[in-house]
Amino acid sequence: MTTTKKQLHRIDLIFKNEQDCKEILRNALARSNQEVINEMVNSGLKGRGGAGFPTGLKWKLTAEQKVDEKFVICNADEGEPGTFKDREILTRVPHKVLSGMAVCAKIIGARKGYIYLRGEYKFLVPNLKKELRRFHDILDELGLDFRVEIFMGSGAYICGEESALFESMEGKRGEPRNKPPFPTEIGYLNKPTVINNVETLAHSYTILKYGAKKFRELGVKDSRGSKVFSVSGDTPIPGIYELELGMSVQDFVDDFGDGDTKAVQVGGASGFLVPRKRFGKTSIGYQGKLTGISLPTGGSMMIFNSSRSMYNVLNNYLDFFEEESCGQCTPCRVGCQQLLKGIKAVKRGEKPASYLDQLLKLTDTMKLTAKCGLGQSVANSFSSIVENFREEMIY
Amino acid sequence: MSNMVNLTINGIAVSVEEGQTILEAAEKLHIKIPTLCYHKDLCVAGNCRVCVVEQVGNNKLVASCAMPVSEGMEINTNTLKVRNCRKHIIELLLTEHNEECTKCYRNGHCELQELAAEYQITNQDFIDLVPDKNYTVDRISPALEKDDSKCIRCQRCVRTCAEIQSVGAIAVAHKGSDMKISTVFDRALDEVVCTNCGQCIVHCPTGALTEKSYVEKVWDAIADPDTHVVVQTAPAVRIGLGEELGFEPGTRVTGKMVSALRRLGFDSVLDTDFTADLTIMEEGTELLTRLKRALVEDDPDVALPMATSCSPGWVKYIEHKYPEYLPNLSTCKSPQQMFGALAKTYYAKNIGVDPQNIVSVSIMPCTAKKYEANRPEMKDSGYKDVDFVLTTRELAVMIRQAGIEFEKLNDESFDSMMGTGSGAAVIFGATGGVMEAALRTAYEIVTGREVPFENLEILPVRGLDGVKEATIKIEGTVDDWKFLEGVELKCAITNGLENAHQLMDNIKKGESFYHFIEIMACPGGCLGGGGQPYPVDDEVRLKRMQAIYNEDSDLPIRKSHENPEIVQVYKDFLEEPLSHKSHKLLHTTYVKREQY
Repeated sequence: MTTTKKQLHRIDLIFKNEQDCKEILRNALARSNQEVINEMVNSGLKGRGGAGFPTGLKWKLTAEQKVDEKFVICNADEGEPGTFKDREILTRVPHKVLSGMAVCAKIIGARKGYIYLRGEYKFLVPNLKKELRRFHDILDELGLDFRVEIFMGSGAYICGEESALFESMEGKRGEPRNKPPFPTEIGYLNKPTVINNVETLAHSYTILKYGAKKFRELGVKDSRGSKVFSVSGDTPIPGIYELELGMSVQDFVDDFGDGDTKAVQVGGASGFLVPRKRFGKTSIGYQGKLTGISLPTGGSMMIFNSSRSMYNVLNNYLDFFEEESCGQCTPCRVGCQQLLKGIKAVKRGEKPASYLDQLLKLTDTMKLTAKCGLGQSVANSFSSIVENFREEMIY
Repeated sequence: MSNMVNLTINGIAVSVEEGQTILEAAEKLHIKIPTLCYHKDLCVAGNCRVCVVEQVGNNKLVASCAMPVSEGMEINTNTLKVRNCRKHIIELLLTEHNEECTKCYRNGHCELQELAAEYQITNQDFIDLVPDKNYTVDRISPALEKDDSKCIRCQRCVRTCAEIQSVGAIAVAHKGSDMKISTVFDRALDEVVCTNCGQCIVHCPTGALTEKSYVEKVWDAIADPDTHVVVQTAPAVRIGLGEELGFEPGTRVTGKMVSALRRLGFDSVLDTDFTADLTIMEEGTELLTRLKRALVEDDPDVALPMATSCSPGWVKYIEHKYPEYLPNLSTCKSPQQMFGALAKTYYAKNIGVDPQNIVSVSIMPCTAKKYEANRPEMKDSGYKDVDFVLTTRELAVMIRQAGIEFEKLNDESFDSMMGTGSGAAVIFGATGGVMEAALRTAYEIVTGREVPFENLEILPVRGLDGVKEATIKIEGTVDDWKFLEGVELKCAITNGLENAHQLMDNIKKGESFYHFIEIMACPGGCLGGGGQPYPVDDEVRLKRMQAIYNEDSDLPIRKSHENPEIVQVYKDFLEEPLSHKSHKLLHTTYVKREQY
């Protein structure tokens, strides 16, 4: 018997097989910088790496810097557990990403761009290099003085954090910098730098081709456009899906769950766990004022069914953070160790259940005081799991 | 004038220059914000997070050491939120920290301990992480010890070693819970490029980096009735010791120090200043000899500029980093080692003690001197020339242990024979001092007149600037030195190895030419040495420097060659500078070492 499951609208923009990048570029380059910036700002596109900074504004701020040398960097250090969409974008439509970089370069006045590629994605290099040669020929034909190089990461999660990424590219230890100053002012080699996620750049191609208006038609207020999701876990149909922003977790689970979904981790290890009782009240997007809360995500959606132990899930995340914290700032380096050891101690009965409350307070401190997004976001998964599945932590 | 920015801190309005941080603005209002990774000598790291404060309108706390002020900013430094977070952070640091405070070398001098006391961390609930860590203690070096279990990863040492010293012997290794401060391939400090300068120690907030202490060994020697214990004290100790014993920075305590050393039980209380003067005689003559070979004999092999060799940190640095310039290094031993070699020969003979029974102790503002005394070359007296080297801080420990009320002591004078120093010797303790002392003597030898500076004060070579240059035109030479007539003697002076690195690179590239360069490994010279009291910053260094120059101008003899004990040692023992005996006892050789 086939039941017609309610299915979310599948969008086909990012992966659509379009080979017209020369035309798109030619048109975009012919427009004034202001015009293109306006188009980007009006589209409402926000950074798809997960933090959601308005892309048009980022370009605009960097363009305003009166400095000779600037850079465009494509952040392809896709390291968030459960995220694998950038790999697919770079495999299938690298020319869209490169086109986004080229237009950005023209607007801000950069002659050099880099793709910071996750160390584990080395296998993408031959294909990307081929694509780069082709793309550089197009740029030559269009008369744009811009070159893109691939820079290989070495496998540290923290290097996906933009300022740690710059440090890594500069040959230093990958550790986040103090902010301000922000990359728009002081980025790679201390020059103004636009650093965008792979998917963000691919979306900019869509916007340049179809216009901001068309892009805005997708999604909801404050969360415009579509988003590529990496769906994994207890689902019959794992994979990569481009969906509209603003969907509720309930609709997502109805479509992708296995009928026994207990919780969904939105945004990877640094994101939030949404328990079944909140599916209907939670939507996917940025800061939207929908009913309930709205969660940003870099695209990772991990589905857990009732066979999963949430203690094990949290233990796994903390194991990851304890190792992947760069170690420079106290709240993150020591906080992660304390959280990991803390839940183990509670589980073994070495600490009372009330110790969990003390750890929750510690995550508040981490959120308030950690130097970068990594340490600040450990609190997300910790508090959402411990608060919703407290009994699983103890027994 | 730069723009002023208005903000409020705890409701109090303040106006500071654009680009300043919240921490600096708070300082202006006399509001103390605790810090650990912050140090005025170093670039901002913002990694300990102890200095977080609340900024109205920001949902995160901000690190006040790293956050620049902005117009209209409202800051609160003492809210419940701030206090709770701060307390958490101190607690977290303590869980990674080996809390054996009563057994710690830095007990009572530890910034973490102070903070823990201030925030009353009495019922620590978090899990002790120390048992699961693979902490190591490196005690191999004769100069320094590194105990990872005391480290709070503030990276002050790493920044010091890289920024001030351009050495990079220590760096951050690994990440997450394994993150630690390490060396190349995790080798012992003694087996890497470390110069033993000890700047990491004076910048370390805890007991993770300390000098190797020889206090107990010195007590043993003093207690042994069969040994004659000779002590020498370096120029910079007399202006640093007081600071460690409760006086204001820059207080001169020479007489009290001598008095205290006698009370501690040293048999002869002598002065490194004596051999500083001797160094000038030897090194000055060496310089003039090199100039003669270069200018008269056109000897292509003569190495110029000649570089000073008094700073053992600098000596090891050049051995590692610029071994091709080792011929440029003066062959003179440092004053400490000249003293050691004479103590067990000249002095022993004169007081009629078998050198075998002499224990030679030196009090130094320096940790590299501990290493230097242990170099295999330093046994020209037939014994180990200097047996034990103590830092200024260690001497203070002994004085406290002996129950001496230092501030109540009367001034006493050094013993004779190797106890007189000139003002020129005292200024060895400040960057530029060796140069100034050398010029006072060399100029007079060559021209028969005093250096043409008021009060003998060669001001261009003084001060804390990174690289100082001076050119002195030699005119009216006496007959023996006619070949120097009209020569412009070009000199350069640096302090801190990063500056030395810059200077050496310029020389290497041929961009600068000098005849004589003075290089001191530590910022400010020996007065800012790795064995001096902490905390230190430029303000403190300038006070110590002023004390050094005051000591000089108060002394009756200001020039090395006029020191009567120097005249006597040449007459009775050494014959003349660069004599055969001098060469044997007072000069040394150097070793090429690895880059890392």
